[in-house]
Amino acid sequence: MIDSKYFFKGFASIKGVGSPAIALGASFIAIGALLKNIGFTIQESLFSTFLTYALPGSLVMAESLIIGSSLINIFIAVWLVNARLYPMTVSLMPLLMHQTQPKWKYYLSCHFIAVSSWLIMKDNYEQIKKEARIDFWIGIGTATWSVAIFSTFIGYIASDFLNRDMLIGLAIINPIYFTCMMVGAMKTIKISLSIILGAILGPAFYFISPEWCILFGGFVAGTIAFFIGEINDR
Amino acid sequence: MTGNIFFVILVTSLATFLSRFLGVVSSENIKETSKIFRWFNCLAYSTLAALIARIVIFPSGLLSEIDYLVRLIVIILSIGLFFITKKNLVYPTIFSAIILTLFSSYL
Repeated sequence: MIDSKYFFKGFASIKGVGSPAIALGASFIAIGALLKNIGFTIQESLFSTFLTYALPGSLVMAESLIIGSSLINIFIAVWLVNARLYPMTVSLMPLLMHQTQPKWKYYLSCHFIAVSSWLIMKDNYEQIKKEARIDFWIGIGTATWSVAIFSTFIGYIASDFLNRDMLIGLAIINPIYFTCMMVGAMKTIKISLSIILGAILGPAFYFISPEWCILFGGFVAGTIAFFIGEINDR
Repeated sequence: MTGNIFFVILVTSLATFLSRFLGVVSSENIKETSKIFRWFNCLAYSTLAALIARIVIFPSGLLSEIDYLVRLIVIILSIGLFFITKKNLVYPTIFSAIILTLFSSYL
């Protein structure tokens, strides 16, 4: 069903000094502590990371709860901030699809798509033969997802010992971690341009619409980078 | 589990899974060599960069208590450390957390 050799190879990708496990863990420790502070039980906190597994979405959920948004507003706010997962999925799954593999693997394992697992897969897929990529991916996803759930637990338990200054320190880890991973991914003109333009246009569109700025900014930046890159590749 | 939080978690996870699920549906008809695949690759990186930049420049929650200039300096220093340590992800992230904690405590 799942080729264990490739599954464990993927699972092992979170080990080592360049590993995202510590940064990913620290980010979810912050989430665990935050969820406790806004009144979640430990079961609810774990359930939240288990089901959502997308950090910016969980942050939006927490903020929405604090200001008392309605369920429909929470849905829209989370969808907008996590809509990046759509292009991320479309730019990953075709690399993993193979006719010998059952479809359920793709529909279930798409839950593992998040920045860290996605970037690990993008960095390593060429070394894995195509029919085994999905099993390798499930390995990466299971590992990063487990780190996130376990860290939420640690953060929840440790929140009594974390003061406000330490929580501020933990809050910067996620953006720093994402920024470094993105800088590390800038290997071609197309990707570098996408990242630089996205980082400029995303905040620029904030002045037009704070809710839609990520989608608008990302769409315009990615499209410009694509056309410039295509002309350059010719 | 109180009913309210339970539904909030459920709504959050559905809103998140929707994009992932629709992504797989669309992927079924997209070849990795196609133009549309390359376009989506650019969109994925640009939306991610837009999200990160928004979190840093217009943060909500605890990060907004830290001055804009301090956030910027911490980011630049962390990227520098990332390159000095041959693209190690652990050092810059831990460094940023420590320096911001110290800054927030003593200044």
